[in-house]
Amino acid sequence: MLAFQIMNGLTFAALLFVVASGFTLIFGLLRIVNLAHGALYLFGGYIGFTISKLTGSFLIGGIGAMLCVAIMGLLLDQGLLRFVRGFELRQVMLTLGVAFVLNDLALVMWGGDTFTVATPEWLQGAVVIGSLFYPKFRIFVLVVGILVFISLWLLINKTRLGALIRAGVDDLEMVEACGIDIRRVFLVTFMLGSALAGLGGMLGGTFLALYPSADAEILVFSLAVVIIGGRGSLVGAAIGSLLIGLLNTFGQVWFPQLAYFVIFGPMAVLLAFRPLGLFGKAA
Amino acid sequence: MLEIDGLHSYYGDAHVLQGVSLNVAPGEIVALLGRNGMGKTTTIRSIMNLRQPVVRQGEIRYRGERLNDLSPHAIARRKIALVPQGRRLFASLTVTEHLTMLKPASAKHGWTIARAFDAFPRLAERKHHRGNQLSGGERQMLAVARALMIDPEVVLMDEPSEGLAPVMVQALEGVIAALRGEGLGILLVEQNLYSALALADRIYLIETGRIVHHGSKAELEADPSALQRYLGVH
Ligand SMILES: Nc1ncnc2c1ncn2[C@@H]1O[C@H](COP(=O)(O)OP(=O)(O)OP(=O)(O)O)[C@@H](O)[C@H]1O
Ligand SMILES: [Mg+2]
Repeated sequence: MLAFQIMNGLTFAALLFVVASGFTLIFGLLRIVNLAHGALYLFGGYIGFTISKLTGSFLIGGIGAMLCVAIMGLLLDQGLLRFVRGFELRQVMLTLGVAFVLNDLALVMWGGDTFTVATPEWLQGAVVIGSLFYPKFRIFVLVVGILVFISLWLLINKTRLGALIRAGVDDLEMVEACGIDIRRVFLVTFMLGSALAGLGGMLGGTFLALYPSADAEILVFSLAVVIIGGRGSLVGAAIGSLLIGLLNTFGQVWFPQLAYFVIFGPMAVLLAFRPLGLFGKAA
Repeated sequence: MLEIDGLHSYYGDAHVLQGVSLNVAPGEIVALLGRNGMGKTTTIRSIMNLRQPVVRQGEIRYRGERLNDLSPHAIARRKIALVPQGRRLFASLTVTEHLTMLKPASAKHGWTIARAFDAFPRLAERKHHRGNQLSGGERQMLAVARALMIDPEVVLMDEPSEGLAPVMVQALEGVIAALRGEGLGILLVEQNLYSALALADRIYLIETGRIVHHGSKAELEADPSALQRYLGVH
C-alpha cells in the first residue's frame, strides 16, 4: 500500500515536472510569471484528446498537442507579450487575462463535461514490480518525466542555445550587448515551455481528467513547484515536483481535509528560510 | 569611424550627459578620463543604447550610419564591442561557453576559440571553470576575449584596469596595444591615469557630463595643467 502511494506520488510528480519545467523555463529567462500556463495545459489536453480521437493514435495526439500549444505560445508571445516587455505587472495581468479568455474558449469548444484521453492499447494494463501491480500508463508518465528532465538538462547545459538561455537568466542586458537578439531566444524558450504545458495536458488528460477548472489546479501546483525550486532552475523544478507530488499524495491519504495545507504549509516554512527557493538566484 | 555628437543623456529626469562629443578612428586608442560619477559609463551605455540612460539629444554615428535607434544587439552586430565596467561575466557559464555562445566552436574566421585561447593562455588552462572561479585578472581577460568574439572594429572598454594587480594591468595594456596594432579603434574609459597615459593616442577629459578638455597625449604631457584641474593629479 505504501509502495503504491509512493508510486502515485512519483508519477504525479513526473506530470508536475513536465508542466512546471516549462513554467520555470519561461519564468527564469523571460521573467514572466505566465498565468496562462495552466490554460495551455488544458488546451494541450483537449487538443490531444480531439486529435487522438480523430486519428486513433495517442502518439499523433500527443505530438499534435505539443505543436498546437507551441503555436499558441508563439501567438501569445509575439501577439501580446511583446508589447509589455519589461513591465512585470502588466505581463502578469495580461497572462491572467489570457488565462480567463482561453478557459472560456475551451468551455465553448469542448463544453463543461469531463473528458479523459483514451489510453492506447500498448499502455493499458499493469506492470508487476515485486508484489505491486501498477498501471502501465502511470509508469509511462514517470518515464516521460525522466526523459523530459534529461533532454532539458542536456539542452540547457550542453548546447549553444542552452548557454544563451543561461546567460540570459544571468544578465540579459549583457547578452544583448554581445550581439545576440535575445527576443529570438525568448521566442524559442516560450514555445518550448508552452509545448511542455501541452505535453503535460496530454499526459494529465489521460491519467487524471480534463474539465474546465483543471487549468487553475495545475497552475497552482506549478507555481508551488517553481517557488520551492527557485526561478528558472531545472533541478529546483525537479525537486519541487517530487516534494509537491509526494506531499500531495500523502496529504490526500492521511489528512484529506488538509490536503492543500500539507503542500503550502511546508512551502511557507521553506520560503521563510530561503526566500528565493531551493535553487533560486537573485535577479 | 565612431562619432558622437552633442550627446545629452538622462536617467529619468537626471540630465547626466550634457553635450558629449568625441570620435574614435581605426587603429587608435582614445581615452575618456574623469573622476567618479562624471558620466564615463553613461557615455558608453549611451553608445550601446542600453535601456538606461535615455539619449534625448545628439547623435551617434558609425561609418556614417546613425546608431541612436538601433537595439544593443544590432549595434554589436555592426562590430562595436563592449567590455563593461565590473566585467559582468555570466555566472553560470564556463570560460569556453562565454566564447562559444557568441560563435560556434566550428567557426573558422576572425576570432575563434583557438585564437582566443592562444591570446589568453590563462583562459585555456581554466576553460572549464565558471566566471566566479577565476581571479580578477582572468575575469578581465575573459571579458575582453568575450568582446573579441564578435570580431569588433571598435571596442568600448570601461575601466578594464579597475581592481587589477599591477602585473595584470601591464598584461592588459599589452593586449590593448596589440588590438590597436590590428587596426581596432578603442575607446578606453579609465580612472587609472597612468594606464591611460601609457596607451592613449588622444585623451578626452569629462567633468559632470561635459567634455572639458581634448588633446593628444603629447599635448597633455607637455601641459599637464588640465590633468591637474580635472583629475586632481599633481
Ligand atoms: N541608473 C542610474 N540612475 C540614476 N542615476 C545614475 C544611474 N547610473 C549613474 N547615475 C548617475 O549618473 C552620473 C554619472 O554616472 P556614471 O556611472 O556615468 O559615472 P562614471 O564616470 O562611470 O563613474 P565611475 O568612475 O565611478 O564608474 C552619476 O552622478 C551617477 O550618480
Ligand atoms: Mg563608470
